[in-house]
Amino acid sequence: MSARYYQAGSRQTLLQGLVAVVAAGATYAWSMSITPPPALRELKSSEAMLVRALLDIGDSKFTSAFDHINNVLAVNPNFRLAQLVKGDLLLARTRAINSIGNPSGGSVEQVAGLRDEARARLMRSQFERSADLVPRYLLQLPQYEKFALVLDSTKSTLFVFENTGTGASYVADYYVSIGKNGLEKLREGDKRTPIGVYNVVSQLPKERLSDFYGTGAYPLSYPNEWDRIRGRDGHGIWLHGTPRDTYSRPPRASDGCIVLNNEDLEKLSAKLQIGSTPVIIADSIEWVKPDEVATLRADLAVAIESWRHDWESRNTDSYLRHYSKQFNSNGLNFSQWAAQKRQVNAAKGWIKVQVSDMSLLLYPGKQQMAVATFAQDYASSNLSNRMLKRQYWIREDNTWRILLEGAG
Amino acid sequence: MTRIPLLRLVATLLLISQMQLGFAANSYEDASKLFKQGNYPGALEKIEAVITANPRDARARFLKGLILTEQNKPAEAIKVFTSLTEDYPELPEPYNNLAVLYASQGQYDKARKSLEMAIRTHPSYAIAHENLGDVYAKMASEAYDKALQLDRGNAAAQTKLAMIKDLFSGSVVPGKGSPEPIAEPGGAATAPSTSTVPVKPAVPPKADSDAVLAAVNGWAKAWSHKNADDYLGYYAPSFQVPGGEARANWEATRRDRIMKPKQIEVTVGSPKVSFEADGRAVVKFRQGYKSDTLDTSGAKTLTLVKNNERWQIIQERMN
Repeated sequence: MSARYYQAGSRQTLLQGLVAVVAAGATYAWSMSITPPPALRELKSSEAMLVRALLDIGDSKFTSAFDHINNVLAVNPNFRLAQLVKGDLLLARTRAINSIGNPSGGSVEQVAGLRDEARARLMRSQFERSADLVPRYLLQLPQYEKFALVLDSTKSTLFVFENTGTGASYVADYYVSIGKNGLEKLREGDKRTPIGVYNVVSQLPKERLSDFYGTGAYPLSYPNEWDRIRGRDGHGIWLHGTPRDTYSRPPRASDGCIVLNNEDLEKLSAKLQIGSTPVIIADSIEWVKPDEVATLRADLAVAIESWRHDWESRNTDSYLRHYSKQFNSNGLNFSQWAAQKRQVNAAKGWIKVQVSDMSLLLYPGKQQMAVATFAQDYASSNLSNRMLKRQYWIREDNTWRILLEGAG
Repeated sequence: MTRIPLLRLVATLLLISQMQLGFAANSYEDASKLFKQGNYPGALEKIEAVITANPRDARARFLKGLILTEQNKPAEAIKVFTSLTEDYPELPEPYNNLAVLYASQGQYDKARKSLEMAIRTHPSYAIAHENLGDVYAKMASEAYDKALQLDRGNAAAQTKLAMIKDLFSGSVVPGKGSPEPIAEPGGAATAPSTSTVPVKPAVPPKADSDAVLAAVNGWAKAWSHKNADDYLGYYAPSFQVPGGEARANWEATRRDRIMKPKQIEVTVGSPKVSFEADGRAVVKFRQGYKSDTLDTSGAKTLTLVKNNERWQIIQERMN
């Protein structure tokens, strides 16, 4: 038994291990050992204490780190990462250790998952959201929509924005886990989380959920119209909680669902509007000035108004120029569908179209695409209806055109 | 690996009891003899009589604690050792044994606190350090199990308290009511024992003694040559940095101190090497230090351990 002393040397190596662990995954420059973090954001209490403990380890303040960890565990004894760090702090008193997580048992995968979580939570604590920037995606929310969610997978964070009427305003953010294999879901069972624009479609009754889903589950609208047209399949992408035996799960842990801890899910669920709340899932959020969002919104609004106007005009050629040649509607390609439209419009004496409750959301990713969802009042000489309409607009040759259209 | 490392139970208390009555002393020897023969009920009866005659007899109460431990009555043994820590807070042994009992019940945090008390009163108490290391390892393992949701069964149930049958001396001789830490762990090996327990003297092998001296001389030479890397290389990874400072900070300060003077001469005068039961070497010598700005000398004690055939410093003390 060589374990005898508090080992100053082992503390040092633990620190180096930690820094290495963090540095390995950090996508932006950050150093733990040189300076204290500029401003440790006010994170949810357990997470904040855990992060403080990790930062203390970096500063060789082991007693303080141990206190923080014990405080975390007093509240959430099932916070596995905190248990792992506690084990490290204890083990470091008996021998030199070089990284986070040195158990003699358990699977390599489990330990790797917890290390990833440590890295993710440290990165979250280091991320400073510039107060004057907003995600590029929230162009316009209708008045009835109170909140919108935007997920940044590289930061393992779900941001909540409130619709102020004049724009989106940051409310909260939560640590989340996504699919084991990351983003860009393609196939059933690929354990990936889709990238795209979705809605919360329903709420599963608690009494029918197993413990695995924690305190609630909210299915999302994957696959959406754009996913289906591209042949993407699979289903059952939910927002849900965590089982009782764990406070949280590693950043990449689910079969594609977005997983929050139960405490956070409860807070979030109060803000969800079943059937509408938008959920935008991005690889990495593009933060822009509100001006840029306003410009994009204006640009798209002009295109939509022009489409509405040309439809009313019964000038079918003008109307059709708003549609992409790639357009697809219920299996009809552009020319088949255009022929049908010409026939229908020719039979009308007049057409009146009104749009309201406009939601305009930019699609995350490389392609320039936006999803417009709105109430459409259609009246004509021989037919009238009111429907929720959804259009996917893409920007081709500097012009917004409709790629997909259907009932929302 | 779930079996708890064997915690070392201190089985003798080197107490210079100032109130030994002849009758009580004889009875104590009898009880101790019976205890060693494994006659625990007999030993208990004798020792109870001693304690009744002199309720403050720490040595007798300590033996009672050991007997109860052997009789597998941990709750009663804990009571005995706890009251000893209350009446004699300067003694490390009751804290240590209390810790062993707590550990055997899976109460590692209580065990940790007791051991830390033992070390607080006697920083050089090797057994408490070792036990504390084991308790930390056990607590770490528990935390890891929770982190990874490993079910290793009831760890406490698997704990096996190991009594040291081959009785050996504690490493310190507590002075009467003295709260002062004993600064010379090396003295323990030859401490006079008032008990019947034979103390095994640690005889330093000649070769080791030479190697230890060579290391100390090398250390002084590296310092004199202002070779900071060499100098720091004489310190073990487990070196107890004074004041619990971070190793890196300490190293930086040392480097600075070594590099700053234009000239340094460090001498090792009349070194004496002794070895502890656990193999650590303690070297006492007169350290001379002469630089362009300072000329001092003083008594120094270095404690060294053998790491990969190399003697390295784990503790450094100016007396």
